[in-house]
Amino acid sequence: MSLASLSANLLLVSFIAYLVATLFFGGAVKGAKSEASYKNNRWGKIGISITIIGFITHLGYFITRWIASGHAPMSNMFEFTTAFAMMLVGAFILIFYLYRTPSLGLFALPIAIIIIGYASMFPTEITPLIPALQSYWLAVHVITAALGEAILAISAVAGLIYLLKNVDLTKPSKQRFWLEAVVFTLVLVLGFVVSSTTFKMTGYEAHFTYIDKNEKPAKIEYNYPPLFGMNEYEAKTPEAMTPWAELPAVINAKTLTTFVWSVVTGTILYLLLRLIFRKPIALVFQPFAKKANSQLMDEIGYRSVLIGFPVFTLGALIFAMIWAHEAWSRFWGWDPKEVWALITWLFYAAFLHVRLSQGWEGKKSAWLAVIGFVIIMFNLIAVNLIIAGLHSYA
Amino acid sequence: MSKAKKKQSRLIFRSVVLLLLAAAIIFSIVSKDKVKVLAVGDKAPDFELVDIDGNKHRLSDYKGKGVFLNFWGTWCPPCKREMPDMEEQYKAFKDKGVHVLSVNSGESNLKVETFRDQYGLSFPIVIDKTKDIRELYNIQPLPTTFLIDKDGRIQKIIITEMTRDEIISYMESIQP
Amino acid sequence: MSKIVKCQCGHDNPFGIVLCERCGRPMTEEAKNSDVVDMRYEGSARRSQTYKRSIIDKIWNFFSSVKIGVSIIVAVLATSAIGTLFPQKFYVPVREEDMLDYYERLYGFIGTLYYKLGFYDMYNSWWFKILIGMLGTSIIIASVDRVIPLYKSLKKQRTKRHTSFMKRQRVYGLGPSENPDLALTNAAEKLKEMKYNVKTEDGAILAEKGRFSRWGPYVNHTGLIIFLFGILLRGIPGFYVDETMWIREGELRSIPGAPEFYLKSKDFSIEYYTKEEADEVFGAALDRVGTIVKNYQTDVTLYKKKENLLPGSTDMDLVKDYSIIVNKPLKFEGYSIFQMDYRLNELKSMTMQLVEKKTGKSFGEFTIDLDDPKGVYELNDGAQVNLIGYYADYAGVENGEPVSKSPIPNNPAFIFDMKTPDKPKGEKSFVAIRQTLETEENVYAVKFVSADTRDISGLTIRKDKTLYILLLGGLIFMIGVCQGSFWNHRRIWVQKGEGEELLVAAHTNKNWFTLKKELDEVKDFAKLPSYEDRRDNESIEQEEGEK
Repeated sequence: MSLASLSANLLLVSFIAYLVATLFFGGAVKGAKSEASYKNNRWGKIGISITIIGFITHLGYFITRWIASGHAPMSNMFEFTTAFAMMLVGAFILIFYLYRTPSLGLFALPIAIIIIGYASMFPTEITPLIPALQSYWLAVHVITAALGEAILAISAVAGLIYLLKNVDLTKPSKQRFWLEAVVFTLVLVLGFVVSSTTFKMTGYEAHFTYIDKNEKPAKIEYNYPPLFGMNEYEAKTPEAMTPWAELPAVINAKTLTTFVWSVVTGTILYLLLRLIFRKPIALVFQPFAKKANSQLMDEIGYRSVLIGFPVFTLGALIFAMIWAHEAWSRFWGWDPKEVWALITWLFYAAFLHVRLSQGWEGKKSAWLAVIGFVIIMFNLIAVNLIIAGLHSYA
Repeated sequence: MSKAKKKQSRLIFRSVVLLLLAAAIIFSIVSKDKVKVLAVGDKAPDFELVDIDGNKHRLSDYKGKGVFLNFWGTWCPPCKREMPDMEEQYKAFKDKGVHVLSVNSGESNLKVETFRDQYGLSFPIVIDKTKDIRELYNIQPLPTTFLIDKDGRIQKIIITEMTRDEIISYMESIQP
Repeated sequence: MSKIVKCQCGHDNPFGIVLCERCGRPMTEEAKNSDVVDMRYEGSARRSQTYKRSIIDKIWNFFSSVKIGVSIIVAVLATSAIGTLFPQKFYVPVREEDMLDYYERLYGFIGTLYYKLGFYDMYNSWWFKILIGMLGTSIIIASVDRVIPLYKSLKKQRTKRHTSFMKRQRVYGLGPSENPDLALTNAAEKLKEMKYNVKTEDGAILAEKGRFSRWGPYVNHTGLIIFLFGILLRGIPGFYVDETMWIREGELRSIPGAPEFYLKSKDFSIEYYTKEEADEVFGAALDRVGTIVKNYQTDVTLYKKKENLLPGSTDMDLVKDYSIIVNKPLKFEGYSIFQMDYRLNELKSMTMQLVEKKTGKSFGEFTIDLDDPKGVYELNDGAQVNLIGYYADYAGVENGEPVSKSPIPNNPAFIFDMKTPDKPKGEKSFVAIRQTLETEENVYAVKFVSADTRDISGLTIRKDKTLYILLLGGLIFMIGVCQGSFWNHRRIWVQKGEGEELLVAAHTNKNWFTLKKELDEVKDFAKLPSYEDRRDNESIEQEEGEK
């Protein structure tokens, strides 16, 4: 077996391990009758052991891929996102040993699973590095930045648990609406994974030529039935469906097609879930959050921002600036990715200030943590796929 | 310290800090992030270039005289149009202590030579092969003309085409 | 308005105080009525809130407010986001004049609006700079206003606190003790063992740890200010050089922004990944995307003009040979030269031959160096070609004369005078690419044979004296932010109450979980009364339920 395929198998093992561990954490939360039994429950112990096994195989994936390709596996969307999931799990393990909280695992692991699933929808083959990426700063900058983001994401997980527990979900309210919206978004990501996998398995392909925004001819391949056509497109695969509409050159019709398919699939999934449970999905999750101690979740949320913020600053701003100066001749160029890293940083700076001096704790702090995660995900997904600047390597 | 004094010193401290910060903000808006550019009144930096015939010319050779320093290229239409007038006035002012030194922007000897012969130019033409002087004088558009007085100071920088009358009045202005 | 607030303990507090600096008694009605007192800034009097008279004081107070600071942060954040909606000016591949058209063509009405409102270059706009300036102002003033009172009140704090202070702490306990003095001694011993700094006074203990973490925010703010100051400095000429240059293979030219230095380009090359070298690993990716560039490289020689020579003189010393590649700029004397761009295949020279039209008989070939053409080319059998006109970038005829629109050989054209043994007076011919013009029918013709090309490298020259200041700012920021995040300021008070009672209170600026764990250890060791965390209602309820 080659290193590359070993690497892929290791990732699969860790994916399954996280799935199984989630079940055990669920058992730990369900089975716990008191604070003490919740903390030192046998299910929880098995859960964390499986998580650690998953983490080790995940690390194995990372290292073998590094050896196989000769560079840090952080160079495209698939690699970055899988590594981000790995660090999220790593951060969770760390926090687990500090606070002994199975509930956190019950929510952090599924998010890691969704992220890995999302990552796998992008091309997974090992790509050689373009000149701009050929530097040891690739490893230093991207790993630190991803680690910082992963630790910050833990704060959102803790915030989510806090909110599920403390927001009154029985009566309609703004907070209930938004909490349900967060859950809905997660289902949409699932919708993307489901639809993308379905079409991949059927081997769907539709080729087009079009005129790009610099008025040059270009080619594109869709893996979804093309709902929208690129600017001045011409179909090269006659049996594929005819797009409903042709879009202007600035809009990537392929991305939009993927997005619409994902939203439709996600919405159908969500409606199915609503039909099955006959109540808001947030309410389905609520019992799993009930065992968590609110004070502790608030503390974890705050603490992970405190740990994650310096790491993020170092990786996503300081190392980024040093490398940008080395590769692009300027340490800062207002590239969208850079700006969104700055926005993330400013956001968490504001978070810390309102918490320290305005006393925003509890629900407010939890909401901010969730919004912070949304910004991080926006930078990872939307900025790469839609805004696209110098960083669009995926 | 008395109460009034304390209050006063606080007011001074605060005023100074706020003033400094305001000044910093204004500076950041006004400043242009640019290297130093030559301006009127500056000493014209000396240089040494070789002409088509292989003779060396230094700006400092013309110390005590006014120098009409013209930057040009053979492809540039306004440069071509002002050449005959420059030639004419060069002859008129040569003995009145105003010299013309023209700097070609790094073209081939053949090209410059053909051009000189075509326009019958008699003033010295030097070629800036490495674009050194172009950088030194921060030349953007062609033609650009520097009027340098007898003390070697820049009197005027002209970045447009000049008419015959303008050339005359410029030459007069740097006559020692 | 009185200047001084006297506490019952006899201490004179500055106006605006919330908790007495010395004994901790609540001094305001609000503090007296609250169950758990607000310990931010130790309940000290922030200067800003003390005096509000002149306009200067009002401006000062405005910037001193954290609420305003956070509002400015949010404003910077929101406006920055707008700037990423469409590409900024420096990423738009058209000239300034065509920019409006570009935005309009691609983004329609919103694009026009984006351009007209100045968002296309918003990070250089005056209002964005003012916003950043206000952020800096807020950082400075808010820090100055807080750090001094905080320092003072931490310095003045007394070991023995008033009961009303103890009672209003978040972690608080009161209970009988069999032997209060022994408990106090044991607690002090245990706390010392746990690396606390313990002070005792008249039946009271104050154990303190990690006070320096309180200075973290102020240290990191200092770092930010140094960083902003560094950026400000770039506005001063000489601190910052940012130039670009295009250099052709074989060309020697002065480096913009770096006087006295010259660069010669020897070769530009692009290299691609090939399937042969790493098929097993990269094969799949190469199949999918086609070609992937492996390297952009310009081989250069750096020269420096000999000392004491005037600009323009070509007498220079070789400094070094270097291959500039992406991520490995050429560095010398504070300057860095980066590989940024390239253009391939510009004409360098053209080879021609002189032929007799009818027979095709050739007098031989000659090569014209398009940068430095010669006037006469001698050929076989006494024939010669005189180059009497050369137009590097031929753009038609104006006033009966061919014109060149630039000195770059994009479209070279020539006027030849062909002298041959049987036409010693010569025949004239105008030759451009795919075009030959003759005034009258010639016997001979100059025919194109081949052309040589060269590549051009786009390089960027930078010098940034502020880099070290920025780096220092970043470093100080990191130190400050770590200091404030990874350490906690914890305090534990234990003191004798009425009779045989003991009072316990504790405070930390964050990480209550660990504080309570440590307090538990002390409690068990020294048999202190049990306490409760009055914010953690769930644990309290649960414990009560279990009882």
